[in-house]
Amino acid sequence: MSHHIVAVKNLRHTYPDGTVAIQDISFTITHGESVGIIGANGAGKSTLLHHLNGTLTPTGGSITIGNFPVTKETLPSIRRTVGMVFQNPDDQLFMPTVYDDVAFGPLNLGLRGEALEQCVSNALAAVGAETLRHKPPYNLSGGEKKRVAIATALAMSPDILVMDEPTSGLDPYARRQAMHLLAAFSHTRIFTSHDLDMVLELCPRVIVLHEGVVVADGAAIELFNDTELLEHCRLEQPLSMRGCSYCRKLAHIR
Amino acid sequence: MSTITTALLDLKYLEILAAGDTTIHRLNPLAKVLVTLLFILCVISCNRYELTALLPFFLFPIAMIARANLPPLFILKKIILFLPFILLVGIFNPVFDRIPLVQFGSLTVSGGWISFLSIIIRSILTVGGAFVLIGTTGFTPTCQALRRMGMPQVFTTQLLFLYRYIFVLAEEAGRTSLARELRSCGTKGQGIESYRSLIGALLLRTWGRAERIHDAMLARGFNGEFHRVQSNGFGRMEIIYCFGWSALFIFFRLTNIPLVLGNFITGFFA
Ligand SMILES: Nc1ncnc2c1ncn2[C@@H]1O[C@H](COP(=O)(O)OP(=O)(O)O)[C@@H](O)[C@H]1O
Ligand SMILES: [Mg+2]
Repeated sequence: MSHHIVAVKNLRHTYPDGTVAIQDISFTITHGESVGIIGANGAGKSTLLHHLNGTLTPTGGSITIGNFPVTKETLPSIRRTVGMVFQNPDDQLFMPTVYDDVAFGPLNLGLRGEALEQCVSNALAAVGAETLRHKPPYNLSGGEKKRVAIATALAMSPDILVMDEPTSGLDPYARRQAMHLLAAFSHTRIFTSHDLDMVLELCPRVIVLHEGVVVADGAAIELFNDTELLEHCRLEQPLSMRGCSYCRKLAHIR
Repeated sequence: MSTITTALLDLKYLEILAAGDTTIHRLNPLAKVLVTLLFILCVISCNRYELTALLPFFLFPIAMIARANLPPLFILKKIILFLPFILLVGIFNPVFDRIPLVQFGSLTVSGGWISFLSIIIRSILTVGGAFVLIGTTGFTPTCQALRRMGMPQVFTTQLLFLYRYIFVLAEEAGRTSLARELRSCGTKGQGIESYRSLIGALLLRTWGRAERIHDAMLARGFNGEFHRVQSNGFGRMEIIYCFGWSALFIFFRLTNIPLVLGNFITGFFA
C-alpha cells in the first residue's frame, strides 16, 4: 500500500529568532512502518514532528503525506490523517473535563450521540484512563495527563500516529501499557524518544538526528551497535543490549 | 503567589460546581441563558431611584443556589470581590445628584444616595445571576448557548479563548512567582528589578503557551466552531422553567410588590 507514505524532502526550518533547527532532512516512511526518531536535546526532533501535520511551515523543502503535499489547502485532511501527541500534555489538554477534551476532535469530525460516546470510551480505555473521564485535566498527575493526551489523538482514529516523547514521565506500568498500545497500532507510527529500550522494542527502523541533519537512518539493531555514532550524537546503547553489569560484577566477586 | 493561585482555584471551583448533577444543572443551557438574560434585563431596566421593587428579584438567585446546591457563601464572596468596581461606578451619584427625595424624620436623603444604593443592589443581582449561571452551566456551554442565540462566532470563540487563557496565564504566573520566591530564600529577592523581568518572561511564555494550545486545537480539526457534547433537548422542563421565571420577572418588574404589600397591610390596619 502506498497511501500513507510520509515523504520529507530537503526540509529546512529556521525559527524567527534565526535558530536553524533543521538544516536539511530527507526521508521516506512507508505505510505501516514504525520509526523512532532519536537524538540529543535540541537536535530538532520536535521541530521535525511539528512539520508532519503542518503546525510549523517549512522554511525550505517539502512534506508529502499520502499523495498530498502539506499545504494550506490540504491541511484539514492532513490533520485528519495525522494524529499528533505533543511533547507537553499541558499544551494538548484545554477543555474543562477529560471527557470534553477527548471528545473535542471527534466532535470536530462530526461525530455525535452514541458514536461519539463509543469513540471517547474506546480511546480512554485504550490508555487505561476510564476512571479519569470526569476530572478536569489540570488536576491530573503528569503521567495521567500524558495518557489522556494520547487518548485525544487516538479518538480521531488517525492513519498515521505522530508522538513526541510518548513515554516520558510515565510510571513503569503506564509505560508498558503505552508500549503495548503502540505495538498494537497497525498504521504508520513515528515517534521521538529518549527511551531507547522502547525504541529498540517498537521500531525496526531508527532515524538519528544531530544538529538538524540526519546522521543515520537504518535498522535499529545495527545503529545501536555503532557506539561511535551513538557517542557522537550524545546517545547511549539501550540498556537491554548491554548485558547486566551488576550480574557481571557479582560473577566476578564469586 | 497565594492570591493568584487562590483566585485561579476559585475559577476552577466554579467549573467543578458546574459539573454538578441537579435538576437545574441538567436543564438545557439555552433555557438558563435565556432566563438569566431576561433577569438581568428586568433588573437593570428598573428606574434609577428604585429600591424596594428590586427586592423580590433576589428570589431568583436564592432559589437557584438552593435548588442547584451551590455554596451560598462562595457565591457571596465572589460578589463581594466585585463590589469595589461597583462602588467606583456609583460613587459620584451622591455628589452630583443632591435633589432631596426621601424624608426620614429630620434626615433628608438625596436622590444621589438612593440611586447609589440602587446601583449596588442591581449590580449584586446581576453579578449574582451571572455567577449562578456559570456555576450551574459552565462557561463553555454558556458560550455555546449564546452562539445558538445568534451571537457571532467571533465573539463566542474570543470569549472561550479568553477564559482558557486566564487559566494558562494564572498557572504560569503561579509557577514563575513560586520559582522566584523559592530562590530568593525569604529575602526580597532582587526587589522590583526581578519582578520586571519576571513579568516580561511571563508574558512571552504565556504567549508561546497560548500558541501551542491553539496548535493542538488545530491539530484536532478545530475550525473556529466549538461543538456541543450532549444536547439534552429543549423539553417540557425547559419550557416550564423559561415561562415560569419570565412571567415572574415581568410581574416583579411591573408591580412594586413590597409597596403593594405595605399599602395592603397599612390599609388593613387603618
Ligand atoms: N520557538 C523557538 N524559537 C527559537 N528556537 C527554537 C524554538 N523552538 C526550538 N528552538 C531551537 O531549535 C532547536 C531544536 O529544538 P527542538 O526541535 O525542540 O529539539 P528536540 O530535539 O529536543 O525536540 C533547539 O536548538 C532549540 O533551542
Ligand atoms: Mg523535543
